[in-house]
Amino acid sequence: MKQIIVLGRGGQGAVTSSQVLAIAAFLDGKHSQAFPNFGVERTGAPVRSYARIDDKKITLREQVYKANYAIVLDATLISGLTENITDLIIINSNKKPEEFKIETKAKIKCVDISKVALEKIGKPFVNIASLGAFSALTKEVSIEALENAIKQQMGSKGPILEKNLAAIKQVYEDSQKNN
Amino acid sequence: MSEKKVISGSDAVAQAVKLCKPKVLPMYPITPSTLIPEKLSEFIANGEMDAQLIHVESEHSAISALYGAYAAGVRTFTATASQGLALMHEIIPIVAGSRMPAVMVVANRALSGPLNIWNDHSDAMSERDQGWIQLYCEDVQEAFDTTIMAYKIAEKNNVLLPVMVCIDGFSLTHVYEPVIIEDQNKVDLFLPEYKPRHYLDPKNPKTFGAFAQPNTYFEFKEAEQEAMKEALKEIQNVHKEFATTFGREYGGGLIELINMQDAEYALVTVGGTTGTARMVLEELRKEGKKAGIIRIKSVRPFPKEEIIKATKKIKNLGVIDRHISIGSEGPLFTEIKATLKEENTKVAGFIAGLGGRDISREMIKKAFEIIEKGEEGVWLK
Amino acid sequence: MSEEKNTKDFEKKSKCGIPLTVGAMVLEPGSTKKYKTGDWRTYIPELNQEKCIKCGKCWLNCPDGAIYKDKEGKFQINYDYCKGCLICAKECPVKCIQYKIEEK
Repeated sequence: MKQIIVLGRGGQGAVTSSQVLAIAAFLDGKHSQAFPNFGVERTGAPVRSYARIDDKKITLREQVYKANYAIVLDATLISGLTENITDLIIINSNKKPEEFKIETKAKIKCVDISKVALEKIGKPFVNIASLGAFSALTKEVSIEALENAIKQQMGSKGPILEKNLAAIKQVYEDSQKNN
Repeated sequence: MSEKKVISGSDAVAQAVKLCKPKVLPMYPITPSTLIPEKLSEFIANGEMDAQLIHVESEHSAISALYGAYAAGVRTFTATASQGLALMHEIIPIVAGSRMPAVMVVANRALSGPLNIWNDHSDAMSERDQGWIQLYCEDVQEAFDTTIMAYKIAEKNNVLLPVMVCIDGFSLTHVYEPVIIEDQNKVDLFLPEYKPRHYLDPKNPKTFGAFAQPNTYFEFKEAEQEAMKEALKEIQNVHKEFATTFGREYGGGLIELINMQDAEYALVTVGGTTGTARMVLEELRKEGKKAGIIRIKSVRPFPKEEIIKATKKIKNLGVIDRHISIGSEGPLFTEIKATLKEENTKVAGFIAGLGGRDISREMIKKAFEIIEKGEEGVWLK
Repeated sequence: MSEEKNTKDFEKKSKCGIPLTVGAMVLEPGSTKKYKTGDWRTYIPELNQEKCIKCGKCWLNCPDGAIYKDKEGKFQINYDYCKGCLICAKECPVKCIQYKIEEK
């Protein structure tokens, strides 16, 4: 079973990220689960959301204490990532991984998702786009499944859907080169 | 056509309700049940569902309107949680006493004092004596399935009792999981159109909610108790029929036994905690431990005989309560001890997960260790 | 809308033999008529038809509907249901309703 934490700020769409991730994993033929860090909604406050992916049915209901992957939508929150991450931390940043002084055994990859979002969407909407980096760097979900999941989740939103699809593709390609 | 997709627990419940075609939905939103009326009003606005959603001014009004709608002879639905359920308390025994086959989803949430929005079972457990059938669910698919089964159980002529479908707030209502959404035609065959026994009709006047003096009240309560006994049978019958129609089952409908064939000690769970306990059990079994789980799905009616049968070979048993009867102990612990009074099983009581405190694998592992040793139960904090 | 016919109403009886419906419903309209409350009375009102001006105030105010108009247009008291509250006597503008202790 693979566990993923999405760390962002309230309003950035971390919950949607984990939902789209769970839908995509399911479309890839796996079992998945997504849930927010249950609580009251607060714009701007640090927010966590989780996803689990497995080949067999997931029955686990406990919180995520330890994860394979973390996606950090806002780099200023990095010190709040207290969970033990074992494999990879993806940070939305134009800095270099070495510049983040955090204690972890996981690899760190920096992808400038905000830049792509501003180019393709015109606004710093990074939640969907960040999944492009996740797909390219972890291979846990396919980019095709992600695109279909986004269509399923944002189907009614027209132009913003198209822009998000363009952004995720760009982030995916950039991350592949970066890898 | 049935389809499988990843949706939230609340969405799954709303989809199930839509398939059951209730006509009146008096609803008052309260976290964590709010997404259910939200989704249902979306269905109605889109023309996917032919029902009237009444925006009432409180939960007390929601259940009162539900009573009124049943008296008018239609299938209804409502959902609530925590203090919302507590506010309904005045009407809850009236719905059961009037033998109205209502269905309500309770998104289990701690009762306030101090204010808390997270999951435990204190809301529904506090209503367990009021004549409602209570069915607890372990995952999102089960929440969907149980909602459909609930109408069929409630409407059985020998039952006619309302059903509370209890699903853990947040940890089921807000979780996205793959769920099979069944086909309308198939559900229609399983759950035919609702035919009321009696309904209010100016051409044929009747009285609902009449007065009963000491010379009859007693027998009316006795009749509810007998209906609960019938419900023990009908829950199993409906469950069997559901399993043949849709291919999914949850034990026999009353309790589910996990690795109990050769178990020497076991843990009793209710609701979503069971899923986490399953993973712990898997590890224990790999270590060669003869542990098992008894998951109680039907808390009311309480499946005494099934529990006695399931624990015949069990030396030590533990019960996890997500509610405490303050001044006493966990209510399920009390009830299981009373059930097993003639048996030689030692029972340990655990209190866990109050006010959304996570019930981790570590905690469940610890509970299993205590049970194995035959020690006293503890609060799993 | 059709009602389910397979019902078990009246199958059970209370200890003292009263037939019970499922859910304590009363299926027969107007059944309170059978419940005669006249024996609750301590004071019995009597209407003097000669003094009565037929204003109907007693008929309007009787909380039990125990006063009725007969074929000749006279107001009468139905003693099967009159509980002896004497509101009629108090409301009568010409004091044509008098009362006394009823000895049974």
